[in-house]
Amino acid sequence: MKTFNYHSTNDVKEATKLASSNSAFLAGGMTTIPSMKLGLASYKDIIDIKRIKKLSGIKVSGKSVIIGATTKHVEVANSKEIKKAIPSLAALAEGIGDPQVRNRGTIGGSIANNDPAADYPSACIALNATIHTSSRKITADKFFAGMFETALKKGELIQSVEFQVPEKSCYQKYPNPASRYAIVGVYVAKHKNGVNVGVTGAKSCVYNEKNIASALSKSFSSSAIDNVKIPSSGMNSDIHASAEYRANMVKIFAKKAVDAC
Amino acid sequence: MKVFSEEGKTMKKITLEVNGKKVSKEVADHTVLSVFLREVLNLTGTHVGCDTSQCGACVVHADGKSIKSCTALAADLDGSKVTTIEGLVSNGKMHPMQEAFKKLHGLQCGFCTPGMVMSAIDLLKHKKNPSDKEIRDWLEGNICRCTGYQNIVAAVKEAATKM
Amino acid sequence: MASLVGSRVERKEDKKLLTGRGKYTADVTFAHQTYAYFVRSPHARAQIKNVDISKASKASGVVAVLTGKDIANDKIGGLIAGWRIKSEDGSDMKVPAHPPLASESVNYVGDHVAVVIAESLDEARNAAELVKVDYKVLKAVVKTDEAMKSDSIYKDIPKNLCFDWLLGDRAKVKEAFDSADKIIKVDLINNRLVPNAMEPRAANADYNPSTEEITLYTTSQNPHLARIIISAFNAVAPENKLRVIAPDVGGGFGSKIYPYAEEVVCSWASKKIERPVKWVADRTESFLSDCHGRDHVTHAELAVKNDGTFLGFKNETIANIGAYASVFATVTPTYLFGPCATGVYKMPAAYSNVKAVFTNTAPVDAYRGAGRPEATYTIEVLVEKAARELGMDPAEIRMKNFPTEFPFQQTLVHSVDSGDYNAGLKKAMEVADYKGFEKRKKDSEANGKIRGIGFCTYFEACGIAPSAVVMSLGCGIGLWESAEVRFNPTGNVTVFTGSHSHGQGHDTTFAQIAADQLGVPLENIEISHGDTDKGPFGYGTYGSRSLTVGGTAIVKACDKIIAKGKKVAAKMLEVNESDVEFKDGEFIVAKSNQKKTIGEVAFACYLPGTYGEVKSPLPEGEEPGLKETSFFDPGNFSFPAGSHICEVEIDPDTGTTEVAKYTAIDDFGTIINPLIVEGQVHGGLAQGIGQALYENCHYDDSGQLVTASYMDYTMPRADNFPEFNLGFTCTPATSNPLGTKGCGEAGAIASPPAVMNAVMNAIGTDISMPATAEKVWNACQKMKKSNSKAA
Repeated sequence: MKTFNYHSTNDVKEATKLASSNSAFLAGGMTTIPSMKLGLASYKDIIDIKRIKKLSGIKVSGKSVIIGATTKHVEVANSKEIKKAIPSLAALAEGIGDPQVRNRGTIGGSIANNDPAADYPSACIALNATIHTSSRKITADKFFAGMFETALKKGELIQSVEFQVPEKSCYQKYPNPASRYAIVGVYVAKHKNGVNVGVTGAKSCVYNEKNIASALSKSFSSSAIDNVKIPSSGMNSDIHASAEYRANMVKIFAKKAVDAC
Repeated sequence: MKVFSEEGKTMKKITLEVNGKKVSKEVADHTVLSVFLREVLNLTGTHVGCDTSQCGACVVHADGKSIKSCTALAADLDGSKVTTIEGLVSNGKMHPMQEAFKKLHGLQCGFCTPGMVMSAIDLLKHKKNPSDKEIRDWLEGNICRCTGYQNIVAAVKEAATKM
Repeated sequence: MASLVGSRVERKEDKKLLTGRGKYTADVTFAHQTYAYFVRSPHARAQIKNVDISKASKASGVVAVLTGKDIANDKIGGLIAGWRIKSEDGSDMKVPAHPPLASESVNYVGDHVAVVIAESLDEARNAAELVKVDYKVLKAVVKTDEAMKSDSIYKDIPKNLCFDWLLGDRAKVKEAFDSADKIIKVDLINNRLVPNAMEPRAANADYNPSTEEITLYTTSQNPHLARIIISAFNAVAPENKLRVIAPDVGGGFGSKIYPYAEEVVCSWASKKIERPVKWVADRTESFLSDCHGRDHVTHAELAVKNDGTFLGFKNETIANIGAYASVFATVTPTYLFGPCATGVYKMPAAYSNVKAVFTNTAPVDAYRGAGRPEATYTIEVLVEKAARELGMDPAEIRMKNFPTEFPFQQTLVHSVDSGDYNAGLKKAMEVADYKGFEKRKKDSEANGKIRGIGFCTYFEACGIAPSAVVMSLGCGIGLWESAEVRFNPTGNVTVFTGSHSHGQGHDTTFAQIAADQLGVPLENIEISHGDTDKGPFGYGTYGSRSLTVGGTAIVKACDKIIAKGKKVAAKMLEVNESDVEFKDGEFIVAKSNQKKTIGEVAFACYLPGTYGEVKSPLPEGEEPGLKETSFFDPGNFSFPAGSHICEVEIDPDTGTTEVAKYTAIDDFGTIINPLIVEGQVHGGLAQGIGQALYENCHYDDSGQLVTASYMDYTMPRADNFPEFNLGFTCTPATSNPLGTKGCGEAGAIASPPAVMNAVMNAIGTDISMPATAEKVWNACQKMKKSNSKAA
């Protein structure tokens, strides 16, 4: 790993001030550190934000669940309040990586990285999340901009993620047998005003599978999906799964999710 | 021991409690915990199998939780309490998890073992009597190439009755 | 005294490994240590036009930058192929030069071009980026089955063909096929695997200019072999000036049998810069440059009668051996493969024809089972398909063709000394509740799942040694094993073995043997291995040989100790030697109370004289001391065998396959320590099931390794397996006094066909390894379509 300057701060303003065109915020480091080791990324400054108290924590109200950016996956997985409000969200967190990753990895880090096969982005899409940053609020449909790309500007820091509590929801994934990231992950959420189907792993970026969502809005049952056609164009294709297989799995896992809602 | 380049680096003094002993050392900013333990403190019981947090050979406890030491900066853990495989023996007696691994042949080459043991101990903190499936799921982040995992699962169950 | 052989003794080596007190090569650091980082080829095939080290040499902390020209100038020899194979036409195999650092061409991604040695690893790595290599990139040859049709990688090796080898009789096979009722055919791919020992390879060479000695710590299954190759072939230092230590080694599975370029380069460089040089592979380097395993493309045919009797077998295989011929690369797809390809069956006629090809991929060498998994996969998939096509029960067709009399002269090479294949298969069917399968299948169906069952009955040639045989087949060395049993004056014992333990538990198993032979308590026996300066020359650990060959050497050395002890005891007891018997650690005079313990005798051997009350006269002409050496070279291989039955459950919606039930009944002859043997089987099964369902080493068309990390190469994890059901039958081997046969590879040999036969039983079509979800899903879709058509 190339050398860098490590900064640790307990203040959001200072953190954003330290940021430069050649810096990265460090939360759990579950992606940042391996990427630097493999030479896929290098930075002059690493700004550790874990000591900023107000970035961590869980707040649940009747309508929303707000999770601080540096809240760890294990905290979300074990939160009694989240299990009650949005059980599928706690279950998603329980299924990220392995126990050691969940002990360190954070929600802010996950969505800022926007890995096309990460779990949390699908929850953001399905649960109409609003991402609160150091300078503004961004809705999930605007936040995830492309493969490993987000609407975040340089130095802009995620502070929390606010999820809308749905009527019912479920996340189902088919994990890559090697990395255990999602080959396809489908997050189905039924809200009062409609259904969202957040899909991760299938394309270069998480997306809302509108064809399935609109079918489910009309009738929330797995059979409603039977006749939905999911084209394979635009789907990822790699040694683990072809585009055709992924397209089929989007449907299969959407059905599984609906059945398990 | 010099693992780092002298050029362009910044050094920080960090203080940790490692296996019950306070240690203060100057380290380069990009030092990860596994390197700090192995190269600075000469605690070579913590192994590095992949160095990118998949294999789990480097698992240690930081403030009571299992983490992969290859993917945590030492500076980030300033002030933490760290327990490594070397810290499990007390008064010359192995930890019940170590005893169970020995009794049930839960290790062969021993390379993944330190991380496996540290991870398994963390499991039993969360679940007193885990099922086979819970054990296998928990050990997702620890790869063993020798044992086929069967005796590891048996050892964790055995340890659960002793802890 | 109760015998320790056969008991579940907890391992002596475990405490150190469990408490962080093991010592692996990466844990060793010397004073004045330097660190090496290799500049590797990013291209699969290229000419090296120029290597510019000027910037790198001046970088911070750099001690030396050495290139292929330097190593050639110093006349350091290339890496070798240890086994000479002749083609069917009588010509010698063709092998390219393999310099430890390339100077003219690179031939796979990861090939070694230069080494940067610096004061720190960071500095070495950073400076390596400054080495500018000017390549002329050439079109790579990647695919096994296209290699012979592609450009020649080496100008003097046409068709990229290393050899075209035949074992067996084509004419007899043709006759058999002409008389057959039915010919069963399969086209198989034995998928390429990466061994993936959890400890990455490492070397730390320390040259002492005053004594001109090099001490090389290395991750080796076979330190003596490393020493003889690095001295005799690479010419780095004479054998007496090279000490190789393989301390605790974190798994090998074949990939650490022989020295690689890195050990040669570190040893040579240490001599050059007169400082210790340490190299530890990162995982990416391990993926790129450890020798890989398997990689066969096979067409095989079985000629049968309608009643299921086998008449003949053909095996046409292309084996990819990668860019260079590694040490055991040529024997693995020939003598370790061909003879076993007729399986556990009476086969009146057979041949195996193997074409070994070079490609621009990492070298391929032995990986757990080495040739025998490929052989077993070939015959067992064929046999199961024959059962399907003939409408026979898979167990029935096997039993019909089992030999029942031993020794059994197997078709192509081996005379199998002992076995009872019917007993094994019957036991397996009972333990696996074969009768209950149909009910379990219905239960699965009720849950929307498809269940399949698959068999594998296998044998393997292990205890790899018989020097007379292996040398006649082209092996450049004998493969016997040594042991030295040394009584210390105070009565405890150190046993030196030429084999090497890197997870197999020799410290325990070998001590059990010595304890039983000598009547000395287990805790008073230490097993020493892994240091060429300590024990006698030996051949290390691979091919399930250590107990059968190395363990027997211990028995033989113990016999010599007892023979000498008898003479000394007789003198001490003032009786005739013929009146002395040895039992449970005591030399006893027949029909009397007179006796001496082996400890007393040992002490006497070290004190030839009289001192106060101690009277220890040695017999006249007898040298003092009590230490004996044996070099054991068996007359034959050993032949473990067994029957495995696997049940899989498939989710047709996703194609996900789970091993639902796995039964392994093995005959390893005498078992010394069941605890350890079961562990060996578990580990082998995990690797074999890994091959069948998960693991696949994939190069893209340009020769880039796509599966170069655990993100893309599927390492089986704990949640991939059920609990395995193990059982044993026992027909002792007759080729060694212990009756042991070897157990290390069986699981990896038997399980791929058992799993794949189960998958194919479920989905009704041929499918290649690994049976990934997508492949199985596609097969399920086809099955659905054809079912709906039929309806």
